[in-house]
Amino acid sequence: MGIEILGLPMMYYIAMVAKVLVAFVFVLLTVAYATYAERKIIGHMQVRLGPMRTGWHGLLQPIADGVKLFFKEEIIPSQASTFAFLVAPLIALVPAFITFAVIPFGGTIEIAGYKIPLQIAAYYDTAAGQVYDVNVGVLYILAMSSLGVYGIVLAGWASNSKYSLMGGLRASAQMISYELSAGLSLVAVFMLSGTLSLSKIVEFQSGLGGFEWYLFKQPLAAFMFFICSLAEINRTPFDLPEAETELVSGFCTEYSSMKYAMFFMAEYANMVTVCALTTTIFLGGWNGPLTSAIPLLGPVYFIAKVYFLMFVCMWIRATLPRYRYDQLMHLGWKVFIPVALVNIVVTGIIGYFI
Amino acid sequence: MANTETMTLNMGPQHPSTHGVLRLVLELDGEVIVKVTPHIGYLHRGVEKLSEHRTYHQILPLTDRLDYLAPMSNNLGYILAVEKLMAVEVPERAETIRIIMAELTRLQSHLVWIACHALDIGAMTVFIYAFRERETIMEIYEQISGARMTSNFFRVGGLSQDVPDGFVKKVSDFIDVMPGYLDQYEGLLTTNPIWLKRTIGNGVISAEDAIDIGITGPALRGSGVDWDLRRDTPYAGYEKYTFQVPVGEKCDTFDRYKVRLVEMRESCKIVRQALDKLKPGPVLADCPQVCYPPKENVYNSIEGLIHHFKIASEGFYAPEGEVYQGVEAPKGELGFYIVSDGGNMPERLRIRPPSFINLQAIEQMSVGSMIADLVAVIGTLDIVLGEIDR
Repeated sequence: MGIEILGLPMMYYIAMVAKVLVAFVFVLLTVAYATYAERKIIGHMQVRLGPMRTGWHGLLQPIADGVKLFFKEEIIPSQASTFAFLVAPLIALVPAFITFAVIPFGGTIEIAGYKIPLQIAAYYDTAAGQVYDVNVGVLYILAMSSLGVYGIVLAGWASNSKYSLMGGLRASAQMISYELSAGLSLVAVFMLSGTLSLSKIVEFQSGLGGFEWYLFKQPLAAFMFFICSLAEINRTPFDLPEAETELVSGFCTEYSSMKYAMFFMAEYANMVTVCALTTTIFLGGWNGPLTSAIPLLGPVYFIAKVYFLMFVCMWIRATLPRYRYDQLMHLGWKVFIPVALVNIVVTGIIGYFI
Repeated sequence: MANTETMTLNMGPQHPSTHGVLRLVLELDGEVIVKVTPHIGYLHRGVEKLSEHRTYHQILPLTDRLDYLAPMSNNLGYILAVEKLMAVEVPERAETIRIIMAELTRLQSHLVWIACHALDIGAMTVFIYAFRERETIMEIYEQISGARMTSNFFRVGGLSQDVPDGFVKKVSDFIDVMPGYLDQYEGLLTTNPIWLKRTIGNGVISAEDAIDIGITGPALRGSGVDWDLRRDTPYAGYEKYTFQVPVGEKCDTFDRYKVRLVEMRESCKIVRQALDKLKPGPVLADCPQVCYPPKENVYNSIEGLIHHFKIASEGFYAPEGEVYQGVEAPKGELGFYIVSDGGNMPERLRIRPPSFINLQAIEQMSVGSMIADLVAVIGTLDIVLGEIDR
């Protein structure tokens, strides 16, 4: 226990690796089973059963899909820009996963006398008796999610196919414009919290038995952030970049095998991240009744809230038609951004007087 | 210096939303469509030419494969043209069953339309719902004709056979629940703001232009022209039924959508009236020169067998002359024009497919709008390539 590396106890490194593994495996499994859940949930909403053959009620379906995609032929179009074509899925996938690093998924637990905050990029300073995490967590997330756009744009451009190109163009325009309004709607929350650190934001929502959520203080911002996030991760009703009935499959038309699977994983990982972020910022994160007595309840609440939001995403997909490109831009620039700005001003005025 | 040029995009024949094998060559300025050129013929089977070498009875199965989403409507159009040529009177029961099946076919075709149209615009659930109801109609098809799509059920002079037991109950039950299902679709679409945004003002074509091009069916009525062959030039006994002909005002995709939905409700009413009229009786005209003999005669008497053999192999000789019969198929006016030189095969059979003529409007309806709008326009025109290419 007494060993120190670079001024930090050994336990710090062990805990860090453990947290990375747990969070990564959790996100991977959620991604895999989100595809299953989506097919099942939408299936039942559409009075059918969804996957039923592979395993009990189709439980092995994601694994079968993975194996199938893994063994598919790797096709690189002869006119494609090979390097960009190969790199694009990675650029899409990696940011989708690493955003999870700053999201707190539980309180601080104590193992063998060492306190571990349940957030990957955080540690408990025993001397100061305080948790330190990335103090610009939200900025980090916004930065990472903008990186994901490059993957999609590159994929669209490198495929040298017109459908892909249009999908890529749509994606870039859409993601960039919705990032603005998503960011602006978050500003109103920062005006209340006064910090960009996600663990602090969660802490501020712990009052009223874990129900002092920013959702109730900033309902408009919460609503806009969630909608804009849907647009940013290309979910229905904003799934224009891969609008199947218009652009065949958009930016991933020319992709096959594992490269296609990577885009697919990135899409679902993004969904997990966005739901986790919305939970953290607006739904009180891992807060809930009795979390101080039983710290392990934190992750349970967190996961429950994330899964609920993911269910909402799937529900929306089963219900709504798709926007048109110009209508989407209109909604982003002429509705959401002005409303977000007004929300900031109103929050400022109210904050000044109270 | 800005140098802009248009991009040519080849859409189809393999594309999720060109409803079969339609190929569109688009000229795009960004996402905006500058020019649309439809290329057809990928499903050409030469039905019109084949018909010149088939007896009148043998042509019937070919008509199943025109608009394969509404086989019985095609059967009806062709049969009526031949009956007009031969001056055959059809028994009342056969006539009533034909009306029931023609209206169920309209329902079926419109169900596929609403399913695909909604899916094209992105509403996935309506697709599955509509196919669920279509399944019941397919079962009725199978029950009476043995086939789900290539029914080949009508015959010159009546029907190939009487409907089985349970037919009336099954149709009646279906007609009872269908309006509720229509409410379900409307609940998902008609009041949905995204659906309204996508369909209102999309694919506008004025009444004059629609008439100039020759558009028929719901696409014409959506543009405000009150024209329905079932009411205006009654055939097959439609004059005995009362029904509304819905008409749109704004000439856009949303109005055509509303027109088709009302039409489906009216079809249910027509089927209900027909079921009430249905009485026992013969289903084939007593006209041995033209009609097949009853099956029990064929199996039990040598005269019946010879009769059957003669009709099946040689067919019947039609008087010299020409006839045209148009019917209000689900997609518009489906016309059969037969020229007879007095032989047992038509000298020339010309089919007027509604989809082919409605497709001409695609350029006018979509130029200046976006790719997403074009997909909605293809959906709202409700084309079937089997009919366009023949």
